[in-house]
Amino acid sequence: MNQRPALETAHIAATEMAAAAGAVPPDAIIPVSAPKQTSLLAHARYVIAENPVTGIAFGLFVLIAVCAIFGPWIAPYDPLASNTTSALQPPSAEHWFGTDQLGRDILSRVIVAARLDMAIAVSSVALVFALGGLSGTAAGFFGGWTDRIIGRIADTIMAFPLFVLAMGIVAALGNTVTNIVIATAIINFPLYARVARAEANVRRDAGFVQAARLSGNGEYRILLTQILPNIMPIMVVQMSLTMGYAILNAAGLSFIGLGVRPPTPEWGIMVAEGAGFIISGEWWIAFFPGAALMLAVFCFNLLGDGLRDIVDPQRRT
Amino acid sequence: MTPALLDVRDLTVEFITRRGIVQAVQHVNVQVAKGETVGIVGESGSGKSVTSYAVMRILDRAGKIADGAITFSGMDVRDAPESQMRDLRGREMSMIFQNPRAALNPIRKIGHQIEDVLLQHVQAQPSDKKAKAIEALKRVRIARPEERYHAYPFELSGGMCQRVVIALALACQPQLLIADEPTTGLDVTTQKAVMDLVVELTRERGMSTILITHDLGLAAAYCDRVVVMEKGKVVETAASTTIFKSPQHAYTRKLMRATPRPGVSLRDLLPEDAAPSPATVPTPLAETADKTPLLVVSNLVKEYPRQGATSTLASFFRKKDQLPIAENFRAVDGISFTINRGESVGLVGESGCGKSTTSMMVMRLLDPTSGMVTFDGEDIGAIPAKEFAKSPMRKRIQMVFQDPTDSLNPRFTAVRAIADPIMRMSEIKGRDAVRARCEELARQVGLPVELLDRFPHQLSGGQKARVGIARAIALSPELVILDEPTAALDVSVQAVVLNLLEDLKHSLGMSYLFVSHDLNVVRLLCDRVIVMRTGKIVEEGMTEQVMDAPQTNYTKELLSAIPHPPL
Repeated sequence: MNQRPALETAHIAATEMAAAAGAVPPDAIIPVSAPKQTSLLAHARYVIAENPVTGIAFGLFVLIAVCAIFGPWIAPYDPLASNTTSALQPPSAEHWFGTDQLGRDILSRVIVAARLDMAIAVSSVALVFALGGLSGTAAGFFGGWTDRIIGRIADTIMAFPLFVLAMGIVAALGNTVTNIVIATAIINFPLYARVARAEANVRRDAGFVQAARLSGNGEYRILLTQILPNIMPIMVVQMSLTMGYAILNAAGLSFIGLGVRPPTPEWGIMVAEGAGFIISGEWWIAFFPGAALMLAVFCFNLLGDGLRDIVDPQRRT
Repeated sequence: MTPALLDVRDLTVEFITRRGIVQAVQHVNVQVAKGETVGIVGESGSGKSVTSYAVMRILDRAGKIADGAITFSGMDVRDAPESQMRDLRGREMSMIFQNPRAALNPIRKIGHQIEDVLLQHVQAQPSDKKAKAIEALKRVRIARPEERYHAYPFELSGGMCQRVVIALALACQPQLLIADEPTTGLDVTTQKAVMDLVVELTRERGMSTILITHDLGLAAAYCDRVVVMEKGKVVETAASTTIFKSPQHAYTRKLMRATPRPGVSLRDLLPEDAAPSPATVPTPLAETADKTPLLVVSNLVKEYPRQGATSTLASFFRKKDQLPIAENFRAVDGISFTINRGESVGLVGESGCGKSTTSMMVMRLLDPTSGMVTFDGEDIGAIPAKEFAKSPMRKRIQMVFQDPTDSLNPRFTAVRAIADPIMRMSEIKGRDAVRARCEELARQVGLPVELLDRFPHQLSGGQKARVGIARAIALSPELVILDEPTAALDVSVQAVVLNLLEDLKHSLGMSYLFVSHDLNVVRLLCDRVIVMRTGKIVEEGMTEQVMDAPQTNYTKELLSAIPHPPL
């Protein structure tokens, strides 16, 4: 209580103390003598301590990020150097993940591939967040024709089998990494647009939006400064979930021979290349890139929940 | 003396939170005898609801009964197995919640919901369940119960929903009824009807009732005994006839003082020991100014198209015997009034009377269908609502919203909320200058400056209300619309906020349009009152005149429905 200023007269302090003293849900408890605001870092530590799974996901994420950024330097071998004398070796102390049919070190290739896979996933998610998130928010906020047009575009995309649509887009636009990014963004568009629309729609007449109108904000400014920050938590979760999906999609396209071409190290191609060897017993060629793919998807899905708790200021006291 | 039906002894309830253990209820003793109505009165956070949840054993996961004993007709509630409690709830003791709509399943017919309860507690057989459900609806005075049996909750008004909830609660003839703020959010006339019904039904059957409320007047009017709680402790227990005549505890006296009632002035609401606020001396700034009215509203109309009224498909599918739907619904039906400079005008009416629609149109957030809104000689009604944000008139009309929580962006700190209008529309530019202005405003509304960097959820209701007021006065507007600014606040906070508004009005020379359903609050703050009903003005005049000698039956009805503590 001693942090309360003398500015406020005694009776106000008394009444507001009453409001603060014994509220029912933890959310309703107003920190009276609490520090001004917990730092983001301290809060993140709290969330992770509360939910160890989030901690594991963060650990995995850091591992993937390190591989993506420093891959070429930490990889023990050159991922492209073939060495036919040591082809198709099972995992050993020398080659932890074994070698493939050309004698390339699989561990090195898995590490280096992280950069390309992450780049595709991150840029396609960023693109779809910008496109889908913004247009969905606009649809929910403005309603009317904006809503109808954006809604029908989303419906049209959803009317196709999504992976087949992605295949078609890449095949039509050309077999490049950029087109994989665009295709992945387009097939995720309805997911973002719909979530953002629903979230914006419930807030379009909220008190704080009306108050912003009174403050002289135009509609577009309200959309960007008032509505968008409020739908960020749910969008962050959505991004984390689709991140895993985007990785899978890119790998899937590579697996069937679209997009990234060999010998570029990429998890999807590596699984495709190794698939033929599983029957003959060389399981490690497909297994390790597949496991990396699975862990990455797993990590981003788990991360979504943890991130929501961290970015939402209401969870912070 | 016969043993009490419910005996709560030394009850302590703890909640495990991030900041450690919080004792929401500490050593509370409450006894309820058979047939008795006990009121538990307190402000938010006083632990009154938690006490009742503990009695029903429906505390959420973080909460637990740490100490004490609860005995219900000889049975130990604290240690009873969950299966036994499930049987007890609904059949022996039941509860009415605050928001009747939330308590009903929105996609199930109300008749079926009553049947569910009856079947659950073996009060009816599948063969006679419908008859019994209709009987239950009839008992809570729902007109045309056979028809309403098939209604969904959204088809019924708030008061009607609360009657259904009461029917549900009483369906199994419980011995104890716990009513947790049963009339919050209902109009005064509906409140009276609902409370009269509860009291009559419980008296008829010799039931005991616990009425949990923040409203002293309501407790006084309907309870035999009143328990006053503050910060998790019981501070006073007495018969309701004596507690209001001679309150013993300082907190009870403070609560009673803060309750608006006829014959007191705004300053009387503050506790005796409060320091006089700095701006108590009214400086009649505006009265010397010109006498032309600040705001003139003439023949204002707002129509809404009825759902499906114009659609040919709808008319095709409509049953033949159904009446054709009227073309448009008139929410505001040709109203005219004026507000002079420096004047406070109250706009009063029950929910759905069009008072909020009117204020939104005056505020230029909503376009009127027809009519004029003239502000300081300029027809602002002609400017479309979407364009008005850019108009220079925007900063001269501001608003304080009803719900302080809803009207603050949860992701903006208090200072950002206050700074928003300053950055958009004032001459003040630059980070430090804006910050300085925000601090000045915070001091003006009595908000501690160090709270400015907090997020809304870190502030109490009263503090959030202050942020909302600071934001509204940031541009020194000439007209401020107050849309039930204290409806979500406790009485003692309400008293402080109302006084603050009065002081600000004098020091800044503003005019107020005060929109409210609470006549007692309007009486304190307003010079003139306009009473609205179904989109029309039914009565208008000076506050004392309307309050003390109402001309129309509707105003009389409104006034008589307010429960008064016997002072």
